[in-house]
Amino acid sequence: MTGFIEAADVSLTYGRTTALQGCSLSIDQGERVAMMGPSGSGKSSLLHCLAGVLTPTSGSVALDGHRLETLSDAERSRLRLSRMGVVFQFGDLVPELTLLENVMLPAQLLRMRTRDARSRAMELLDRLGVAAVADHRAGGVAGGQAQRAAVARALVHRPQVVLADEPTGSLDTVNAEIVLDALVDLSVECEAALLVVTHDHQVASHLDRMVTMRDGRVMVTSGV
Amino acid sequence: MSTSNVLLALLESGPAHGYTLKRMYDERFAQRRPLAFGQVYSSLARFERNGLAELVEVELGDGPDRKLYRITPGGVQVVSDWVFAAQEPDVFATSTLFARVSVALLTGRDPHEVLDAQRATHLERMRVLQAERRKAEGSDLLAVTYELAHLDADLKWIEQAGQRVTEGLTS
Repeated sequence: MTGFIEAADVSLTYGRTTALQGCSLSIDQGERVAMMGPSGSGKSSLLHCLAGVLTPTSGSVALDGHRLETLSDAERSRLRLSRMGVVFQFGDLVPELTLLENVMLPAQLLRMRTRDARSRAMELLDRLGVAAVADHRAGGVAGGQAQRAAVARALVHRPQVVLADEPTGSLDTVNAEIVLDALVDLSVECEAALLVVTHDHQVASHLDRMVTMRDGRVMVTSGV
Repeated sequence: MSTSNVLLALLESGPAHGYTLKRMYDERFAQRRPLAFGQVYSSLARFERNGLAELVEVELGDGPDRKLYRITPGGVQVVSDWVFAAQEPDVFATSTLFARVSVALLTGRDPHEVLDAQRATHLERMRVLQAERRKAEGSDLLAVTYELAHLDADLKWIEQAGQRVTEGLTS
């Protein structure tokens, strides 16, 4: 194993359904990768295995040399919280909290001083163009604004790995560009490994390398 | 694109010499192919002959005469007609890529290899365009996003074609 985050020969089955078959993928620190493929090809399953949310039936996932399957649930959660940022298609913010409170959450869970967490969160919300609605509840803002806050939340604690599952799937082209530009810029600043699952080639063209999945297998990689 | 209609349209902002028109054209429309001077001067001569533009003045100098042209009402009408006339969509119906994939199928070559190579080439160009988009403004931004959208459409077809070939080309 050589990449900063990697899956080695990962398979995943649910009952009689095979979601992943012998998938291997390695991403270096600072590398930005798009993962494409038809619906049901296993893209999200592989991303969730890399995030440590799903445990492979066989094979191994490692982050900076830590093999996730050897860790307890608490250790895995701690590793995910401190080292990873995750963005989902619909943001998955806590609707009752404001955008600012949502973005501060990971930093506060990591016991960053409230003043520092607030300052970093506001800086990101400002860069993403949503500082003006920082004190609005997440449940009451437009989809594009919520998704920008979701990117800020994923990057607030300067993670080493950023995983994004269709982060612009619910956005129009202009909002998608803003979200992706920010996701790439902030990942570059953190020197994070970035993996973006997408159906959209325009999204993939923001990234350095593309991995294609089909029928639960990693098929093609192309790029620089 | 109708180069001569664009040149005529550029005269609408005010009288201009051939050199100025070429410069305006290259800045806004040439992208990767600057216009030849000869084409500008032959277009201006044709506009004058057809009553679409008229000669305002001729500056005599050491080199060739510098002719200043102004668009006529007839010229403005030609520009309007061209701008608002919808294009026939059949300009998008054929392409070299489609022909290459079809030939690969007809001759027993691997169409997936053709599609994979084209996908990689398209993505490489799109990466360059994404970097340009981030610095672009005004009509440059429109030009970059126009090319991105068309490459994106090609890629959608590349994915569909790959899937259909795999499935044996049955509908």
